Amino acid sequence: MVDETLATYGDWSHGAATFLYLMAMALHLVEYAFGRRSTLAVAEPARELATVGGGSSGTTITPGVVPTEQGPGRVERLGRMGVAVTVLGAVMHVASLVLRGVAAGRAPWGNMYEYGSLVCLVAVVTYLVLLYKFGARKLGVFILVPVTFLMFIGGTLLYAQAAPLQPSLRSYWLVVHVLAAAVASGVFMVPGVASVLYLIKARNEKRPDKMVKLAGKLPSKDLLDRVAYRTTVLAFPVFTFGVICGGIWAEAAWGRFWDWDPKETVALVCWVIYAAYLHARATAGWRGTPAAVINVVGFAGTVFNLFFVNLVTSGLHSYAGV
Amino acid sequence: MTVDAPEAPASAPLPRRSRPRRVLDFLRNTWRGLTSMRTALVLLFLLALAALPGALLPQWSLNAQRVTDYIVAHGWWGRLLNQLQFFEVYGSVWFAAIYLLLFVSLVGCLTPRTFEYAKALRAKPVLTPRNLGRLPLNRESTVDTPVDEVIASARTRLRGWRTVEREEDDGSRTISAEKGYLREAGNLAFHFAMLGLIVALAVGKLFNYEGQVIVLANGSQFCNSGVVGYDSFEPGLTVDGTDLTPFCLQVNGFQVTYLPSGQPEHFRVDMRYQSEGDLTAGTWRDYPLESNSPLRTAGDRVYLMGNGYAPRFTVRYPDGTERVGLIQWRPVDPSTFLSEGAVKFDPPGVTDPVQRRTKQLAVTGLFAPTAGFDGKVLTSRFPDLLDPAVAVDVLRGDLGNDSGRGQSIFSVDQSMVDSGRLKKIARENLRLGQHLTLDDGTRITFDGVERFVSLKVAHDPAQDWVLVFAVALVLGLGVSLTIKRRRFWVRATRITRDQGPDRTLIQVGGLARTDQAGYGEEFGRLADDVLRTSGRDT
Repeated sequence: MVDETLATYGDWSHGAATFLYLMAMALHLVEYAFGRRSTLAVAEPARELATVGGGSSGTTITPGVVPTEQGPGRVERLGRMGVAVTVLGAVMHVASLVLRGVAAGRAPWGNMYEYGSLVCLVAVVTYLVLLYKFGARKLGVFILVPVTFLMFIGGTLLYAQAAPLQPSLRSYWLVVHVLAAAVASGVFMVPGVASVLYLIKARNEKRPDKMVKLAGKLPSKDLLDRVAYRTTVLAFPVFTFGVICGGIWAEAAWGRFWDWDPKETVALVCWVIYAAYLHARATAGWRGTPAAVINVVGFAGTVFNLFFVNLVTSGLHSYAGV
Repeated sequence: MTVDAPEAPASAPLPRRSRPRRVLDFLRNTWRGLTSMRTALVLLFLLALAALPGALLPQWSLNAQRVTDYIVAHGWWGRLLNQLQFFEVYGSVWFAAIYLLLFVSLVGCLTPRTFEYAKALRAKPVLTPRNLGRLPLNRESTVDTPVDEVIASARTRLRGWRTVEREEDDGSRTISAEKGYLREAGNLAFHFAMLGLIVALAVGKLFNYEGQVIVLANGSQFCNSGVVGYDSFEPGLTVDGTDLTPFCLQVNGFQVTYLPSGQPEHFRVDMRYQSEGDLTAGTWRDYPLESNSPLRTAGDRVYLMGNGYAPRFTVRYPDGTERVGLIQWRPVDPSTFLSEGAVKFDPPGVTDPVQRRTKQLAVTGLFAPTAGFDGKVLTSRFPDLLDPAVAVDVLRGDLGNDSGRGQSIFSVDQSMVDSGRLKKIARENLRLGQHLTLDDGTRITFDGVERFVSLKVAHDPAQDWVLVFAVALVLGLGVSLTIKRRRFWVRATRITRDQGPDRTLIQVGGLARTDQAGYGEEFGRLADDVLRTSGRDT
């Protein structure tokens, strides 16, 4: 029933992916620590056409910066290596989920270990896409920190053997609902991180003596805000869709489409927070820092929903187990 | 509120307004305040905050026992929370107040926006700004093509855009183009769908009902004829239980397969039902009820919620008469189905109530579907029915059935035991088929086990509408977040030169009206095409 060999290979791939992310994080960290401040600010204006109104004024090139014309330096090469290692890690990551799925003969997101792994994969893929579109490599370290952490927790504390599902979980809605939830959560990780960085950057701009080491090399506030908004706008409808699929499934499985189960409640709370973020970004006086704070709170809610609600409270969703 | 300003000592004397006028002002200002985006945001936060206790504190509707435990454990604090409706958050006054305010705010925000949108749909794209070079997106070039041709080819390129062509005083010709009107439509659809969803939810709360019932899987029947048939019943606000959808069920068996780990793999209730015309015709339809696959009939749904065992005991009294007791026992360990319960017997042939109350019997204790003995202590090793056994106490005396107090079907009334009116007279472990004999020669045999299923019947006439609105909500959201409202302008101006043919200066400008970036690429392509009409860029 469960192919143990394949499952073992899957677990190894998971470990390998975690290790590769750790390596990539280290490489990015070296680049971040010793790299020049310039790369991003210079790369940006070419992609800046899209900015509306006075937005483009936010991307002034830092004075005293020499544009890189003589090709990548040694430190920057390390950063590029980090990206390559991240891609390799993502490939292993995909392999681990595929092997797990084939081994168990079902969609590989049936328990917290698998779900967490999927969320991380989505976050990494989102980051890689952003890298391609915006060239924001400096986000790498900050995205990989929570990813590596989650992967490690998943592979150790939350680890679960490959096993078939309980009867109540056997539904094609598992595929749709949980996938949508995982994709949304994974994508939400990126704006969460970007918004934290935005707040750091904003603090540094307000009080230049604060957060000097960290903020100096961060991408511009404008870019961070844009990254956060565009990823949130992508994830929010997916999240909404996931919640509604959950309702349809709940109607078929539990007899009620909405039961104020802790997981449902916290999901609704997160949904309302992200809705508030989108509204805040369109309201004078709420743009910028307040919006970033709301986005961070939204992501905190998402993490809370994953860990606290599954592990501490008891509800209909807790039978999904660790 | 600030409306009372005339009474307040103001530095500048304000003209005193008439009372109706002030009331009107007050209402208008309140309405404006309520429908502003800022208020909506605050209400959204309040909603999120108010919903949270429901996830963190036990709720009456989900688990009454845990609420009671919580209140007992937390003393005055628990009682205070209970008074403030923190254990029924979603039915509380304050939660309702927040979402009603949000509802009103939403209506107040959407109504003018709908009219504005309707107006915008009929309006022509705005005039071309005088200085296109000031727009965030702008380019220009000078070509040899005449003005009319430039405009004609730009017109072709801008097919699909809403355009208006104008001629300016200096003879320049312009096109104003606008696209992405669907964004606002999606936005409105999303918000109206949310309103609709809330209304449908409320309607559902009026007319829905939900009941739970345990049915033995031995051919027992259940008919949805009234509240009394249910073990628990939760009616909507207008439901009194007299007008339930008529249908009947018969449960003939319950199949469950387990993995070696004890994890259930598959449940199936062998069931048949009759509803609507079948009831008069007396015909039955088979329906295998499984997880995730409820029976839907005549507007009601029937779900499999749980299962368990009902041990059967036969009591043979000294005079030879027999009584059979068969009732569900409650699983106490969901992984092994170790269950507890009580079977109660009235002595046969005793009419005098006083006499009867000395001779009533109760068999109570534990049941294990796959028995394991730890010394003499019964445990269950597996949830499937492989080797059943019971560990029972037999009690005799007054069960307290006539006391007027309700009592649990799973246990005996402890106060009767404490007062000495119900005495333990035997304790024994029995495997299937074994019996025990009491001091008076009464023989109690554990001679069978039935399975039972716990079913839920649900009725909500509005839930299809909830689904419709939910789907509209997602679609509207998708449209409003992916489509950009954007504008594009072209101005073609003839440049007369002293020598050579006239040339044309083409200026283009673009503006995304929403804060979603990403118009740049499309603008670039458009500008390329329009500026490169013919001839070369300069």
